[in-house]
Amino acid sequence: MDLELMINSFPKLLNASVITIKLLSLSLFFGLFIGLFFAVMRMSKNIIFNKFAYGYSYLFRGTPLLVQIFIIYFGFGQIEFIRNSFLWIILKEPYWCAIIAFALNTGAYTSEILRSAFQTIKKGYIEAGKSLGISSKIIFYKIQIPIAIRQSLPAYGNEIILMLKGTSLASTVTLMDLTGVAKYIISTTFKPIEVFIVAGSIYLFMTFIIHNLIKFLERKYNY
Amino acid sequence: MNIFKKTIISVLASLFIMTNVYSDTIKIGTEGAYPPWNSKDASGKLIGFEVELAWTLCRYIGKQCEIVEQDWDGMIPALLMRKFDAIMAGMSITDERLKTINFSQGYADEVAQLAVMKGSDLEGMDTPSGINLSIGGGAVKKALKTIEGALAGKTVCVQTATIHQNFLDSGDVGSVNVRTYKTQDEVNLDLASGRCDVALAAAVAFTDYAEKSGKPVVLVGPTFSGGAFGNGVGVGIRKGGSGAIGERDAQLLKDFNMAINKARKNGDISRIATKWFGFDASM
Repeated sequence: MDLELMINSFPKLLNASVITIKLLSLSLFFGLFIGLFFAVMRMSKNIIFNKFAYGYSYLFRGTPLLVQIFIIYFGFGQIEFIRNSFLWIILKEPYWCAIIAFALNTGAYTSEILRSAFQTIKKGYIEAGKSLGISSKIIFYKIQIPIAIRQSLPAYGNEIILMLKGTSLASTVTLMDLTGVAKYIISTTFKPIEVFIVAGSIYLFMTFIIHNLIKFLERKYNY
Repeated sequence: MNIFKKTIISVLASLFIMTNVYSDTIKIGTEGAYPPWNSKDASGKLIGFEVELAWTLCRYIGKQCEIVEQDWDGMIPALLMRKFDAIMAGMSITDERLKTINFSQGYADEVAQLAVMKGSDLEGMDTPSGINLSIGGGAVKKALKTIEGALAGKTVCVQTATIHQNFLDSGDVGSVNVRTYKTQDEVNLDLASGRCDVALAAAVAFTDYAEKSGKPVVLVGPTFSGGAFGNGVGVGIRKGGSGAIGERDAQLLKDFNMAINKARKNGDISRIATKWFGFDASM
């Protein structure tokens, strides 16, 4: 065990986790909107909307995240038409390719989490709202959404942790995130165990924070 | 119960026999993704200069060999963890690697070169046709300055943990915006897509790609050798430690050096190199 290497690589890895956190928070931000959008579509009575949302979640939950990143990064880069379009401004950057892949992936899972949360809302709440003469729009924003968010917190917490670990795949498209920098240090020191132990501990610490944050929110919004 | 015991004993015995056979076989690790040095054919079989050379060297050593595949970025760690006994993967002999592992004498040499897509403003860079960093001198310094100017603000792509990455990180051409990839294939893909402005690798890796893909990849600037680029490609072997295993590693180094000598004398290395590279890359 090379303790000195572990100590020396710690600040570099800590620095790299900033990118990991950025990737995670941006993907979760976009993913939440995507998830909400598709969850609502999924509950729609319109068969086209319904099937489209179902197909989306089926596709992104049914294929590995790594494959999705590779298709978006290396796949789209091969297509002349995309390279010549305005899309290339975004798709040229590995950073945005990773965020698009992560957001679409977590969006699919989030849509399922939110859908099941919406469906567990007791009809009585909505009926109570209606009987008070509240419009269905207000019922949706003021009753359904808050309850759904509370219901989905435990499952969504899991999804955040899975996504955090998923961001390590960003290193496969040249991003120097926590895993990317760990691999870089290994490429010059040839000591994978030491470096991965430090990197793993940082991931563990981040998971610890997320886990407790979710637990705090669960308690706060308990009813 | 008796049958149970017998089964256990025979399983243990077979394990014992297997480990014995295993310790007599030389396991050679290669990447299988760096043509023409080593690659895979359509059926997934390992082919290339080093695969063919490995079988030849094993014949001279007179032992059974097995060639195993290993991702490039884990090559040296895998050797140290005894997943195999020797590396033949286009790995150049460098001072940095010599700190961790041993190398046999070099069996082939390659030059590195920058590559761009046709139409790049880096085409027609005014440098000598080749520079040797070990020799140095005014001409080399001037060429490095020219390259530093040309690379400024450009995204330069290399495969991770290579001599090419070491060179770009060394500061010889200033501070470069380097992007690292797991395989050379991925470097080639992003050079063609335009994400990389310029790439650095073995010149043959680019000519091989240009030939197979039909993409207009152009080599620019001087060919590089010496310094961070090492002193030829050799067989990587663990440093012999103490005990029987350490002795085995030390013996393996001797065996490979002997085999390379014989193969060189008999013209095997030249022949195989010419077959795969199109020119005699042997040394």
